[in-house]
Amino acid sequence: MILLAPLVMAAGTTLFVRKDRTLSALFNIGGVVLSFLLSFVLFCIYGGGSVDCTPFHWLPVEGLDVQIGLHLDGLASLMLLVVTGVASLVMIYSTGYMHDDVSYPRFFSSLSLFVFSMLGIVLADNFVMMFIFWELVGISSYLLIGFWYGKPAAADASKKAFLTNRIGDFGFMLGILMVWSALGTVDFATAKAKLAENPALLGSLAGITGLLVFMGAMGKSAQFPLHVWLPDAMEGPTPVSALIHAATMVAAGVYMLCRVYFVYTVTPGWPAALGFLGGLSAATIISLIGAFTALLAAVIAVQQNDIKRILAYSTLSQLGLMVMAVGLGAKSANPSASMYHLVTHAFFKAMLFLGAGSVIHACHHEQDIWKMGGLRAKMPVTFWTFLIGTAALAGLPPFSGFYSKDEILAVALETIPILFGVGVLVTVLTTFYMSRLLLVTFFGPARSESADHAHESPGSMKWPLVALAIPSVAVAWLPLGEFLSGHFDPAHHAHGGDIFFGPFNHNPVAAFFGFGAALFGFSIAFSLYWKAAKDPLPATLGTLSRAMRNRFYLDELYETVFIPLHNLASHVADWIDRWLIAGLLVRGLTGATDVAGRALRLAQTGSIQTYAFLFTVGVLLVVLLARK
Amino acid sequence: MNVGLQHYLIVSGLLFSLGLLGVVVRRNLIVIFMGLELMLNAANLSLVAFSRYNANLDGQVMVFFIITVAAAEVAVGLALIVALYRKRQTAHVEDLTTLKL
Repeated sequence: MILLAPLVMAAGTTLFVRKDRTLSALFNIGGVVLSFLLSFVLFCIYGGGSVDCTPFHWLPVEGLDVQIGLHLDGLASLMLLVVTGVASLVMIYSTGYMHDDVSYPRFFSSLSLFVFSMLGIVLADNFVMMFIFWELVGISSYLLIGFWYGKPAAADASKKAFLTNRIGDFGFMLGILMVWSALGTVDFATAKAKLAENPALLGSLAGITGLLVFMGAMGKSAQFPLHVWLPDAMEGPTPVSALIHAATMVAAGVYMLCRVYFVYTVTPGWPAALGFLGGLSAATIISLIGAFTALLAAVIAVQQNDIKRILAYSTLSQLGLMVMAVGLGAKSANPSASMYHLVTHAFFKAMLFLGAGSVIHACHHEQDIWKMGGLRAKMPVTFWTFLIGTAALAGLPPFSGFYSKDEILAVALETIPILFGVGVLVTVLTTFYMSRLLLVTFFGPARSESADHAHESPGSMKWPLVALAIPSVAVAWLPLGEFLSGHFDPAHHAHGGDIFFGPFNHNPVAAFFGFGAALFGFSIAFSLYWKAAKDPLPATLGTLSRAMRNRFYLDELYETVFIPLHNLASHVADWIDRWLIAGLLVRGLTGATDVAGRALRLAQTGSIQTYAFLFTVGVLLVVLLARK
Repeated sequence: MNVGLQHYLIVSGLLFSLGLLGVVVRRNLIVIFMGLELMLNAANLSLVAFSRYNANLDGQVMVFFIITVAAAEVAVGLALIVALYRKRQTAHVEDLTTLKL
């Protein structure tokens, strides 16, 4: 029911109420809100328990039984709440933001389609179904990023997103095939049970399987080297960025990793060719990739000047941290830190994006932060919510971000201390660039005309911001960490007691470093950017700053290396298709038939005497041959 | 010289070849028909010769049939030629090429 409501709304809108703007918006909002309410109800009923529902067997062939089934457990119901909650608020926000847009109804039906696909991923109970919805989410993302398809930049960005995603999906499919061949099933529950009783079932393919499945997450959650699509995806409308690129779609990768966690808790194994990887498990490699992405993105974000791009790189960085946490949790079979951070991140990042949208809307679609300034007085609600979001993202207690980030840092400290150092560094940089953003945009003198004339946003945009601020602050106060740990590892002991200062008591090193890093970053940013007229960093850092601003030239690298290869491959394929297949085979066959026909036609002269002659010749031949 | 079976057969063969030659080479429809008749009669001759030399009347009975059928065929064939001539105003077989592809 939850799954189907947004789909029905999406289809209904597209087919029926395109003409009426208000009605289409209401339909879609109604659909998503309905899903949210139902999710909440289900959460209350089932809590951490699990329930299954298998409507029908979709593909029962020999050796493979693919069902369309739904599986609801603690992890899924939490994710449902996040997805539907954020989606509802974003939709309400969009009524204000997209108000002047021509394709208003199309926007809402696309959003509903996206919500449907995302819910499918959350509720899927086997690999193949999840893959189907995975691709659907990719399509929805393509539609939404390229919403303003008249703009060439947007069309290119949506294509880039889809193609990069596709590369990840290719790996994912291979991973699914490997799991199926090793375990004989694609069902999550069955696979988990099989691996639980016999961890060596995946044998020497364990590492590769893990990495291939991770490739899917790499594409969707934008890890290095498939991260290039996320900043460009900012060409889409801001509510889109808020919903799919902050809170939900990019989180799908992390969710998927947590879902199929049983693949990563097996004994490491590599085939002969990759023997040098020795005792490294796929999970460790994942955590390294995640850490690298986090650091790379944070460094690039320091020198970006477009408000949405800063937030995009921030998302990349936080996703890197989440992925790192997934990898690190493998030892104890408990990636709860990552899911915890996913939930808190969803709320405050969505709020930050919506706040950015509010700012952009007010400055008449100006996105360069050096053209804004002094907005604090003019847009108080936006300012306060943005401040809360920044504090949460930076990891200041008592905001939610602190607690989730602390869990990640604690896990890192216990497992691979170097990554703890990376995490702390990323926290410093995060606070630095977010403070930079805050100080330049909201404080200081107004740096341009549009900033001077800014005004607060309409109600439909304000209230979702406020609504999201509450969870950003308070979600940590709920015992989410315990809930998630209990889901993954039933033997986990409760921390007990103190919610606010729990982290300080439980793992003081991690907590203090995290807190200290945030303060350190803020102080540097403050000294540089308080009432700054222009960015002082390019002067001091010179080349490094330019490299950061140009995203370390990675896009250009891809362009020079991969695009020509790809073009070459397509030229070869075209040649084969044009000359060999169409030319030699198809036209060759028709030509040969044609020539044979014409040759045979010569025998039909219409002259009786020729026929009589040929007749005689035939008889003679028969006589001659019969004599033998 | 003693006239044996082989002499009759050779004559019959020669007659048949001449008839065939006439059919294949000549252009006039009537002459082609005459060649056709010649071929039939050559067959008759060889049948009668075999009948005589093998003392078996079956050959002669067959000749009766062949003569009858030949007569009927000539009647029909000539009727066709006359109809064709009236339509096409020609008795040249080279002009009758409507079956050409």
